[in-house]
Amino acid sequence: MQQLRVTRARRVALIGLAGALAVSISACAESKREEGAGGGSGGTMVFGAAGNPKTFDPLFNDDGETFRIIRQMMDTLIMNKPGTADLEPGLAEKWEGSNEGKTWTFSLKKGVKFHDGTPFNAEAVCFNFNRMFNMKGAAAQSQMIYYGDVFEGFAKNEGDASGAPVFKDCQVKDESTAVLNLNKAKGAFPAAFTLPSFSIQSPDALKKYNADQVTQSGDSFSYPEYALKHPTGTGPFKFESWDQAKGEITLSKATDSPTQTAKLDKLVFKVIPDENARKQALKAGDIQGYDYPSPADYGLLRNDGEQVLIRPSFNILYLGINQKNNPKLKDLKVRQALAYGLNRAQFVKSKLPEGAETATQFVPKAIDGYNENVTKYDYNLQKAKDLLKEAGAEGMTLKFYYPTEVTRPYMPNPADIFTSLSEDMKAMGIKVEPIAKPWNGGYKDDVQKAGKHDVHLLGWTGDYNDAGNFVGTFFGREKPEFGFNDSALFSAISAADAAPAGEAHTKAYQEVNQKIMEYLPAIPISYGPPAIVVGPKVKGLVASPLTDERFYTVTVN
Amino acid sequence: MLRFLVRRLLQAIPTLLILSILIFAWLRSLPGGPAGALLGDKATPEKIADLNKLLGLDDPIFVQYFKFLGRAITGDFGNSLVSAQPVMSEIGNFLPATLELGFCAMLIAVGLGIPFGYLSARFRGGAVDNIIIVLSLVGVAVPVFFLGYMMQDALAAPLGLPSQGRQMAGLDATTVTGFAVFDGIITQEWDAAWDAITHLILPAFALATIPLAVIVRITRASVLDVLNEDFIRTANSKGLTQPIVRRRHVLRNGLLPVVTVIGLQTGALLGGAVLTERVFNFRGLGFLLAEGIERRDYPRLQALLLFGALVYVLVNTLVDISYGLIDPRVRVR
Repeated sequence: MQQLRVTRARRVALIGLAGALAVSISACAESKREEGAGGGSGGTMVFGAAGNPKTFDPLFNDDGETFRIIRQMMDTLIMNKPGTADLEPGLAEKWEGSNEGKTWTFSLKKGVKFHDGTPFNAEAVCFNFNRMFNMKGAAAQSQMIYYGDVFEGFAKNEGDASGAPVFKDCQVKDESTAVLNLNKAKGAFPAAFTLPSFSIQSPDALKKYNADQVTQSGDSFSYPEYALKHPTGTGPFKFESWDQAKGEITLSKATDSPTQTAKLDKLVFKVIPDENARKQALKAGDIQGYDYPSPADYGLLRNDGEQVLIRPSFNILYLGINQKNNPKLKDLKVRQALAYGLNRAQFVKSKLPEGAETATQFVPKAIDGYNENVTKYDYNLQKAKDLLKEAGAEGMTLKFYYPTEVTRPYMPNPADIFTSLSEDMKAMGIKVEPIAKPWNGGYKDDVQKAGKHDVHLLGWTGDYNDAGNFVGTFFGREKPEFGFNDSALFSAISAADAAPAGEAHTKAYQEVNQKIMEYLPAIPISYGPPAIVVGPKVKGLVASPLTDERFYTVTVN
Repeated sequence: MLRFLVRRLLQAIPTLLILSILIFAWLRSLPGGPAGALLGDKATPEKIADLNKLLGLDDPIFVQYFKFLGRAITGDFGNSLVSAQPVMSEIGNFLPATLELGFCAMLIAVGLGIPFGYLSARFRGGAVDNIIIVLSLVGVAVPVFFLGYMMQDALAAPLGLPSQGRQMAGLDATTVTGFAVFDGIITQEWDAAWDAITHLILPAFALATIPLAVIVRITRASVLDVLNEDFIRTANSKGLTQPIVRRRHVLRNGLLPVVTVIGLQTGALLGGAVLTERVFNFRGLGFLLAEGIERRDYPRLQALLLFGALVYVLVNTLVDISYGLIDPRVRVR
C-alpha cells in the first residue's frame, strides 16, 4: 500500500513537472515567434514561395520563383518602375541608344558597391556582358535561356546554341560609362536589360567561386559554389543561407552602399508548394505573404483581413487555332466566325477574377505597341452562324484540347474555361470533341510539338515590356501550334523587332497587331490579373505586372 | 541468424535490380520528360529536343538504363532537376524528417492501437467495442489528404498548433543530426525542441490514422482468438489472477500477428507520408517524392523509389527477425 502511494505520488509529480515544462517551453517559443514576426528594428518578413529556386546565378535561370529572390539581391542596369512595366534607372542613371539601336551607352550610378565590398563600375558591367558572350560549355549555354533568346548566339556556340550573336563588344569609356555595341538592332532593347538574367554581379565573386563551371551530371546539371552559396550583387538584400531541408532562403539587409535601403532586417522565403498550405500558413501567422492565391479565395482572404493585391495584367489567354490539322480552319471566315461567336465579355465577367478584361489583341495594354484601333470582334452569334454557312462549315467538328493539373495566372481554371467556350461553340452549331490532358503529362507536347489539336487553350505571361516578347513568340515563324505559314506576317514581325526603340518601334508593332487581328491566326480571350497576398501588418509592397515586387520598401509591424 | 540475415540481404539484390528496370521504364514512358522540367513553362519543342540530345535522353532506352545503372552502383544518382543538388545528399537531408514523422506516427498507432484493440476484444459486443470498431473503420476509410486538410482547418487554430512545415519559419535553430526534436534537446534549445514537437503533432496523427485503425482491428481479432484457446482456460482454472493471464498469456500470444502488421504498416507509411508531408509541407522524403513527380524530376524519382524499395525489403527482414524473437518456434524452423 505504501509502495502504491509512493508510485501514485511520483506519477502526479511527474505529470505536474511535464506540464510546467511544456508551459514554459511554449512560452519561450511564443516569445521567439513574436520576435521573429517583426520585433526589433526592421523585423523579419517570411514570404511563402510556391516553388524552389533553382540556383542563384541569374544567368542560368528563367523561372519566377528564382527571379523573385534574385531581384531582392541584385540590380539590373535598367529597372521597372514599381507597379508598372515602364522603364526607370537601375544601376544606370541614364541610357541612350544610337546607331539605329546598335549602340547602347549607359551612364552608371557612382559610389555603389557589391555586397563583397568591391566597387560597381563600367568595368564590372563589361565583365558581366563579356562573361555571358564568352560562356563556354554546352551545359552552361543550354541553361542561359534568356541570354539565348535575347542575344541569340555566343562567341563560340556549343551544344544547342546556333544563332549569330547580337552582342559585339562592351567598351569601358570611363569609370562610370559603359558602351554596349551590338551586331544588329533588336526591338527587345532597352526593355530586355530589365531581365533579372542580366543582373550585374560582382566580378571578384564570380571569379573566386568559379561561377562559370556548369557541368552535365547524369540527366541534369551541376552548378558551382557561386550559384548555390555566394551570389553577390548590389541589391538592398544580400544572400545569407539556403536551407534545403527546411526549404528556406534567408536574405539580410545589405548595409554597404546599397542602391536602395531595405527597411526589413531579414527577408525569408519559405517554399510551400501547395496553395492551400500557403493559405493556412498565412492564417497561422507563419508567413506574412504568399503568391498565386486562388481567385476563389480572394473574398475569404479579404474577410480574414489579409490584403489581396491585384497585379495589373501582363498576360494573355488565347484560343489557339491549328490550320494544319483541320483544313476548314484555313478559311478566314471560319476563324472569324469563332471570334464573333465566342461570348468573351460574358466569359470574362462570369468566370475570371476581378480586374480581368476581354482581350482585343495578343499584347496586354501595358505594352508599347498596343493598338486601340485593331479590328474588333464583338459577340454576334447570328453573324458567326452566317459566316460558318458561307464557308460551308456548318456542323463542323473541332477537337478542343485543354489542359488539366495546372493553374496559370492567365488561366485560373482551364476546365471551367473550356466549358464556357465550348458551350458558345455548340450554340454556333459546332460539334466539340473535348480532349483533356495533364499540362506536364502530354498537353504541351501534343499541342506545341505534335499539333494534334484543332483548337486549344494556352497563354503567356510577358517577361519585359516588348510586344515582340508576345507576338514574336506566338506568330514570328511557322509553328505546329498554329499550323500556318504566312510570310507577310512573319516578315512584318521581324521588321518590327528590328525597328529601333521608340516611336518607330511602337508604331511598327501597332501595325503588326492590326495585321494579326485581320488574319486571326488565333483568338485572344482575356487579360487576367494575378494577385499576391500579404498579411494586414505588411505595408509598402507594390504589386507589379511583371511579378517584379521589390521587398526593400516593405515594413512588417 | 547471421546466415538468415545474409541470405535475406542477398535476395534483395535481384529484387532491387528488377525494380530499377521497372521504375526506369515507367519514368521514361511518362510524357513531358526532364528536359521540359528543366526548361520550365516557356520551353519550346525545339529547345526540349536540343536539351534531350545534350543530356543523352534521345539515346535508346537500354543505353540510358545502363548508363544510369553504372552511375547508381557507385552511388551517383545525379542531380535533382528541381533543386540542382545531388539527389543522394537531398535524401540525406530530408530522411530525418520522414524518420521523425514515421516514428511518431507509429508510436501513436502502436501506443493507442494495441490498448484499444485489446479493450475492444475484452468488452466484445459492448458499447466500447462498437465505438472502437466504428472509429477504426472511419480511420481506414478517410483519405489521408482529406483528413490532413480537415485537421488544418478544424484543429490547428483552436489548439494553437502549427499546420505547416517542421519548424517555425525564420527560427534560428541549430542543426546537428537533422532530427529537429532531438537536435533541440541535445543543444538545449528548448524552444526549438518544443516548436518541432508542436509541428509534429498534426501530421503524425494524420499519418497514424490508417496504421492505428489497422492495428486496432488486428489486435482485437487476434486477442479474441487467443481468448478462446484452451491454454487460457487452463490458466484461468489454475487460479492465476486476471492481470497475469492477460499479460503473460493473452497479450504475448495475441501480439504475433500484430507485429507482422506493424512491420507492413511501417513500410506502407512511406506511401502515406507522400500525402501527409505534402499537405503539411513537412519536408521529408514524401515531400521530395511528391515534388519530384509533379516536376518530372527523373534523377530524384529514380533514387527515391529505389530507396523506398530498399527500406521495404529491410523492414520486412526486420519483421521476420522479430518473429523469431517473439515466438521461438519460428526460429527453430
